[in-house]
Amino acid sequence: MSGQVSEAAIQDGVTERRMNMIDAINDALDIMLERDPDVIVLGEDVGYFGGVFRCTAGLQEKHGKTRVFDTPISECGIIGVAVGMGAYGLRPVPEIQFADYIYPGLDQLISEAARLRYRSACDYIAPLTVRSPFGGGIFGGQTHSQSPEAIFTHVSGLKTVIPSTPYDAKGLLISAIEDNDPVIFFEPKRIYNGPFSGYYDKPVEPWKKHPQSIVPEGYYKIPLGKARKVTEGDTLTILAYGTMVHVAEAVCREKGVDAEILDLRTLVPLDIEAIEASVEKTGRCMIVHEATRTSGFGAELSALVTERCFYHLEAPVERVTGFDTPYPHSLEWAYFPGPVRIGDAIDKILKD
Amino acid sequence: MADRPDTSRPSGSNKPALELHVPEPKYRPGDEVDYSDLDIPAPGAQPRPDETADPKDMRELAYGLVRVLGEDHQAHGPWDPKLDPDTLRTMLYNMALVRAFDDRMFRGQRQGKTSFYMKCTGEEATSVAAAMALASDDMVFPSYRQQGILIARGYPIVEMINQIYSNKGDKLKGRQLPIMYSSREHSFFSISGNLATQTPQAVGWAMASAIKGDSRIAATWVGEGSTAEGDFHSACTFAAVYNAPVILNVINNQWAISSFSGFAGAERTTFAARALGYGLAGLRVDGNDALACYAAQQWAATRARANAGPTLIEYFTYRAEGHSTSDDPSGYRSAQEREEWPLGDPVMRLKRHLIAIGEWDLERQEKMDLECAERVKAATKEAEKNGILGHGMHHPFHTMFEDVYEELPWHLEEQAAQAIREREIKWPEGRPKS
Repeated sequence: MSGQVSEAAIQDGVTERRMNMIDAINDALDIMLERDPDVIVLGEDVGYFGGVFRCTAGLQEKHGKTRVFDTPISECGIIGVAVGMGAYGLRPVPEIQFADYIYPGLDQLISEAARLRYRSACDYIAPLTVRSPFGGGIFGGQTHSQSPEAIFTHVSGLKTVIPSTPYDAKGLLISAIEDNDPVIFFEPKRIYNGPFSGYYDKPVEPWKKHPQSIVPEGYYKIPLGKARKVTEGDTLTILAYGTMVHVAEAVCREKGVDAEILDLRTLVPLDIEAIEASVEKTGRCMIVHEATRTSGFGAELSALVTERCFYHLEAPVERVTGFDTPYPHSLEWAYFPGPVRIGDAIDKILKD
Repeated sequence: MADRPDTSRPSGSNKPALELHVPEPKYRPGDEVDYSDLDIPAPGAQPRPDETADPKDMRELAYGLVRVLGEDHQAHGPWDPKLDPDTLRTMLYNMALVRAFDDRMFRGQRQGKTSFYMKCTGEEATSVAAAMALASDDMVFPSYRQQGILIARGYPIVEMINQIYSNKGDKLKGRQLPIMYSSREHSFFSISGNLATQTPQAVGWAMASAIKGDSRIAATWVGEGSTAEGDFHSACTFAAVYNAPVILNVINNQWAISSFSGFAGAERTTFAARALGYGLAGLRVDGNDALACYAAQQWAATRARANAGPTLIEYFTYRAEGHSTSDDPSGYRSAQEREEWPLGDPVMRLKRHLIAIGEWDLERQEKMDLECAERVKAATKEAEKNGILGHGMHHPFHTMFEDVYEELPWHLEEQAAQAIREREIKWPEGRPKS
């Protein structure tokens, strides 16, 4: 664990530590394994080895191999057995090694986990939390960079959660594990070790310089369905989540734009009240995501803002997204919705 | 196009032309059926290994056919479960009740009381007898053709009919297609339309039971056609890897809608033999022999309870009726198949066995058949008081939006309000009484 007790550590008996996102996720899992004997962590390489991103490091040794264990390489099997474990009464937390590899498990997620409560009229539920690293910016090429959140937000019965800071990652993951609905928990792997400004040619900032890396020890929750106001502003509203929260923030700081950035944190259920309040105040709305544009979650956000805040809008809603191509390897930074694309969109939306 | 044949090459090359094999069933509509080449071993001839046997030593059982009831209607060999006459009579009654139920529900669909139904005629033993060999709190993950499990577990048939009619008494609130039952109280998992998804779920349930140090086991049922799904492979792999206390039942009824079992791989091997590659115990059983079905399930349950490992059981049977009320099998198979099926009818075989051992007679059989028909008829009338499909006696409108999530999120609240507005536009004077 790289975190250490911070100077202003002890407030009301709560100790805080500096953590990166990996530590925060590990800590959330550790706490939930400790608190609830029904919590089970399973997935490829999560057991003895501690996960390819170290998110489950040490957990098997501490909690035993019937609580934290390795699985065969079968996403359909991982999700399928987790649904069965949920039907028994456990609270499984399966890991899919990369979001790009969640597709073999889609039938189990869409047809089974998402529908189980509804189709059985509450006879059975699927209280699973599927953790999966997602997003690009790491030269991951086509199959280690995708952002498939829109596939899941389109499925009734699933909740989709994406943290952007260590503090949120821990609090949201604990909420997701305790939630009785199936939750897709996407972890932006680009920001596992530090917030990313979008400037790939500059040195990476570690989390320890970021205020949101101060994470309380022990159990705490951040409610699902509530956005976080990253910055307060009057000029425009930026709706973002995951890595793009940090990129948008860096661009606005650099351009001196007084934007109100909302980190959505949960895509379904969405914090519509926070979005409406902000757009009604600023009159302008920009949506930023890494995922491809067409039918991406940005389209849903744009439609909602247009439907609900139309008379407050002073400019068309802008979407800044990845291009409608598979995620490229060598041309990663031409694909990634970085500072230039965001800056250009800000100029456009402020021109009107 | 680089992957097209090279037409510039002279024909008559010395390499043989490749041929694609597309399986074809032996008999199509109108064909004479001849099952004489089907290898059906004598009842009692199969060895019964100890429940803790190593799958490697059970190879023959995956290729053979475990049978108990003979042409003489007596029980033979080591697989005879030696059930007492009362249990046998209960088994016969449950199977007869399933058949009576199927007949009436099929008719109900034809009369327009519901949209859909699926019979299990000819396969009653594979659910009733197998379920009777399990403890009532062992968890079952069925497919859509195991209504016999619910009947064997004493689920009220009125509730089954309420579900089929999607009426206001339907415990699933009219959300599910008919026959997709669910009953937690009866340890009967919610049936899904998506094939084979229940198989890894059953394994996961069994793993959970083992994680918690419980003593309950899980069993799942899947058709031979659905064994081709990737989920079935996952289920077998996970069951083997974690030594899960689970029984994987494969009902090989020869047909997956219009596709014969050859399209699931039956031309080259048995379904039980697939167990061997995974390191599972594999049993191939006469699915129309209720005693063999019971014995195999009991063997596998004992094995699972002893932490000796999972079992894959293939029940060799025949789907005597169409796939569903939406299917007409005369379009793809010979009607003679059913008549000539060499393993006979499971209900008749059990009846004859009980008569042969002096524990039953035709008079009691007639009385029982009548009682089953009357019981189903009475339940149907009772269920019809709650309405039939499309006659307006369904669950309240708002229930459509409930249980998608534990709590109703804002967007579903808004959509529920919209649905109610639409009702008011449709019926400004209030809904007419049906």
